[in-house]
Amino acid sequence: MKDLGRIGFSEDQASLLEVATDFCQRRSPVATVRRLMENEAGHDPAVWTELGDLGWLGVAIPEAYGGSGLGLAEVVPLVEQMGRRLMAGPFVSTTLVAQGLIAGGTEDQKREVLPRIAAGEAAALALAELDTDWEADSIACTATRQADGRLTLSGLKVLVTDANAARRILASVRLDGAPALVLLTPEDLPAGALRRETVIDETRRSFALTLDGVVLEADQLLDPGRARAALEHLHLAANLLAAADMVGGTQACIDYTLDYLRTRTQFGKVIGSYQALKHPIVEAYTRYEQARSHLYSAAHCFNEQGTGEIAVRMAKAAADVAYSFAADRSIQFHGGFGFTWDCDAQLYRRRALWHAAQFGDAAFHRKKLARLLF
Amino acid sequence: MSTVDPKDLAAFAEQADAWFAENVVRDPGFMLPLTFMEVGTDPQFNFLRDWQNKVWEAGYLGAAWPKAYGGGGLPQAFQTAATRAMRKHHGPIMLNAIGLNWAGPLLLEMGTEAQKAAYLKGILSAEDIWCQGFSEPGHGSDLGSAQTRAVRNGDHYVVNGSKIWTTLGRYARYMILLARTDPSTERKYDGLSFFLMPMKAPGIETVPIRKLTGEHGFTQTFFTDARAPAEGLVGPEGGGWKVAMRTLEYERGARGGQAGGYVSVGANAFDVFDLAQRTKRGGRPVLEDPHVADEMVGFLMEIQALTLNGQRTQVPELIADRPQGIPLASKLMGTEMSRRLNDFAVRLTGVRGAYYVDEPEAADNGLWARNYLNSFSATIGGGTSQIQANIVGEHVLGLPKS
Repeated sequence: MKDLGRIGFSEDQASLLEVATDFCQRRSPVATVRRLMENEAGHDPAVWTELGDLGWLGVAIPEAYGGSGLGLAEVVPLVEQMGRRLMAGPFVSTTLVAQGLIAGGTEDQKREVLPRIAAGEAAALALAELDTDWEADSIACTATRQADGRLTLSGLKVLVTDANAARRILASVRLDGAPALVLLTPEDLPAGALRRETVIDETRRSFALTLDGVVLEADQLLDPGRARAALEHLHLAANLLAAADMVGGTQACIDYTLDYLRTRTQFGKVIGSYQALKHPIVEAYTRYEQARSHLYSAAHCFNEQGTGEIAVRMAKAAADVAYSFAADRSIQFHGGFGFTWDCDAQLYRRRALWHAAQFGDAAFHRKKLARLLF
Repeated sequence: MSTVDPKDLAAFAEQADAWFAENVVRDPGFMLPLTFMEVGTDPQFNFLRDWQNKVWEAGYLGAAWPKAYGGGGLPQAFQTAATRAMRKHHGPIMLNAIGLNWAGPLLLEMGTEAQKAAYLKGILSAEDIWCQGFSEPGHGSDLGSAQTRAVRNGDHYVVNGSKIWTTLGRYARYMILLARTDPSTERKYDGLSFFLMPMKAPGIETVPIRKLTGEHGFTQTFFTDARAPAEGLVGPEGGGWKVAMRTLEYERGARGGQAGGYVSVGANAFDVFDLAQRTKRGGRPVLEDPHVADEMVGFLMEIQALTLNGQRTQVPELIADRPQGIPLASKLMGTEMSRRLNDFAVRLTGVRGAYYVDEPEAADNGLWARNYLNSFSATIGGGTSQIQANIVGEHVLGLPKS
């Protein structure tokens, strides 16, 4: 049997977890989450500035490029606590673009962009397409080289999260038949290239991006020799951070449901005393603890060849199942109130579905694991 | 405990490794039980008793118990290393489970000096086999309603009643017994007392119970004016419920201090994975079936999660929100997983899933079917999964009592 990973926890992870737990609780109460859902920008710029001041945007950026030189293992507790509070904003998108540049950018690109990201410039990732699967190199959009060396793009990217806030967009395309990554700025896009999508998780700001007619300079192409590796790295990094967000959300969803089960009375009894409700919430809880263990194993082993991929896929698959079950039951256990907009259960359920649709759901990752393990 | 010198520990681990490599007997000529609850024949019993004694004499059992009571007086890390070596070389189980894992640590924690001196060494050496008298025919999960009576009479109590599911009841010299000393208390729990009860005494009869597997392993124990010495009380008279609950914490692994080794080698997901890899259906490897493969991955994820849960309990920051959550839920998670896993294993074997132990064409001599049926002993014994879910719901999640 291959090495499936193990728990390890650094002092940096511990101190970031402590700070993030407090910060996200204070800065993202659910009333704020609901207010920002109605807001066009979708997040609070003041909070974004605070994240930058805390150094969170540079956690996984090397010191040579203005970051603090830690890794994604240290980003995980931050995203877990953001997910727990359903916090809005382009933190994950921006972190992933930095990861894409670290894994596949040219030296000039890294020197130019990474310090800006570490200093608070938001970025967005344009990988998904409508009719492809979740494989890292499944790309239909194209880039074509012109005689003058410039690149002409075509095709449609979807679920480009936080494109409204982004000063850079990292997009995957096919160039001469091979996967490639290009770095765009909003100035490269013709008017109307971005269309806001209506998405199930209303805390998100997500856009469809039409690449037709976009022309880029040659130096906006990332290192072609490392494009495939960078895409695979991004796929795993995105799933790791999604799992973190989902595990945090699962915990909050269970706590929210427990509050109701401890206080709501029917037939003269607090409903949490009924085993028909008690036992399934225990089931949700045990799945949560398992998902959280997978998450911190994936965080710890992320950089290990082979084991990292196994642990990340297990973490995402476990988080999908745990979050979906907890949130689905949360709606049900709130009864009539659970059917209303005002009940927070729907917020968690929607976010779980959002994550399942991106970078692979539980069944997809189990299928990949079968290939890795058998 | 003194601090651990890594060099001493490494040398000890190396010695243990060599010892188990040399001394483990893989095939005594009969099928060895996978858990202490499945010891059904005298050859099995005698073999395992000798084995435990040998491991203890070599210093690889009770290594962290005090020297004065037959232990090794070493830090826990030494016993952990010995257990690891035992597992690595597939050593048979430790027989005297109730003594080693429940009664022993309980006495170490709350026994009198005389009790420790009288009982602990015999637990380690397997000279004194222990059994447990908690459940009664009419009261399984509802332990607090136990009706077996103990009436004080001078220096002893007179016991009448019956206990059921007595593992190793036929062989045991002592029983940890929960009995009612006062039937008139307002709260039923306050009338219970906890005894160390000699089993080889007049008025005690053990009757074997045949399990769903067809084997024997448990007994029902009948007490007719049997004598329980008063010095065998653990805790005060009327304080037995608290002691019993503490015992269950040891039993469920929610509290440490056990003598070491392991008392079951129930198949884990990796053994089932091995089975899946060598199983064919219609001439093709069964794992080529995407549905079977998906289920297999699910089990591997689940067992990995349980391993990681154990590791995570060593990181205080990662269990800060509910420190008792994983320990109290681990029995529920582990035993239910094992039951489903063994069911999956039986189904993996296809047509052979219809066979049972000793059929020559059965996969692995029918091991999986027997494992599956036996797996219910763990989902029912020590508090059913449904009781475990109540415990987690009430003590971890703060829900009101059912």
